Amino acid sequence: MLATTIIALLVVMAMALTRALLGPTIYDRILAVNVFGTKTVLLIAVICFTLGKPEFLDIALVYALINFVSVIGVLRYFEFRSSNGGEVMDD
Amino acid sequence: MIEQIVLLLSGCALALGCFFMLSGAVGLLRFPDFYTRMHAAGVTDTLATFLILGGLMLLAGWSLALFKLGLILLFLFFTGPVASHALARAAQHSEWKLSGSGSRGGKRGPAEPVSAPAEVAEADALNTDRV
Amino acid sequence: MRYTLSLIAVLAFIWLANSGLYTPLLLTFGLLSIALVILLARRMQLVDRESQPLHLAAALPGYYWWLLCKIVQSNLQVVACVWRSVFSPSESVISPTHARLRTSLRTDLGKVLYANSITLTPGTVAVAIEGDEVLVHALDADGIEELRRGDMERRVRVLEE
Repeated sequence: MLATTIIALLVVMAMALTRALLGPTIYDRILAVNVFGTKTVLLIAVICFTLGKPEFLDIALVYALINFVSVIGVLRYFEFRSSNGGEVMDD
Repeated sequence: MIEQIVLLLSGCALALGCFFMLSGAVGLLRFPDFYTRMHAAGVTDTLATFLILGGLMLLAGWSLALFKLGLILLFLFFTGPVASHALARAAQHSEWKLSGSGSRGGKRGPAEPVSAPAEVAEADALNTDRV
Repeated sequence: MRYTLSLIAVLAFIWLANSGLYTPLLLTFGLLSIALVILLARRMQLVDRESQPLHLAAALPGYYWWLLCKIVQSNLQVVACVWRSVFSPSESVISPTHARLRTSLRTDLGKVLYANSITLTPGTVAVAIEGDEVLVHALDADGIEELRRGDMERRVRVLEE
């Protein structure tokens, strides 16, 4: 079952990447990258069970943190760029 | 005996998780505009994540791995809505704003921009140029 | 003080459960990092009722259980929409809509909990909160109708009090 899950995860990641490439808006791309990131976390978790190495779960945990912070960071950038033509402005 | 039942349960959870995840991804590809795609992504972020991590938790048994999986699950559940909300809010600041109130009919096609067509064309150029 | 203590307990639990190695050296490191985090959090004035909602501790599990059932239910609806749109591409199966919902929730915590719950259930996304109105985007009108009936809001209000 674990192998099937890995294959399904890879397929989903490929589909998310397709959406990221197709766009059409920047927000679709960010959404797709976010989905890709969460699926990576799951993939790492499943892989560490297939290898029988629970230590790898720490990597999944850290990846979840990085994914969240990067999505929020990228969004802040595009939010302010689109609302006032590129100038950074405080709230 | 109990081990086999747990194994079976975790297999079922993983299989169901895969199904929901694939459905969400299909929705991500097929739905017509950004906001609806966000709903499809929500499926993969909530129930699919829950089922797959739950299946792994059953496999893990009582160990540190169980706790770490729980932590990952908790973290994904807390950050998921925050990320989608930030995404929706950022889109709200953009040319693809939802109009004030009321609802659009059941149309296919991208969300109707509220700004003038010229600006939209410009925005499209912006999107494709800089990515 | 109560909130600092609960933060210490949470941090210690996370350290102990994540490390898995209980040598004196690592435990000292753990203590040091907990102290550092507490110091930073207090300096940033993050340790208060809002970040440590202890008063919700008794009521939250029940709410989350209800929310989980809700999530499963709305997931099934969205998945059904996806597959219908795949197998019958000609008819339009989804009718995306959005609306401003008035909410009677007063506290920030209640509003955030409500909006987060809306976003967590697939099929509805809270886009913005302006004053006491929540802008909600839904996959079809049913989602909005269900929120209008106010089941979720009532449950959040119970938590708020």
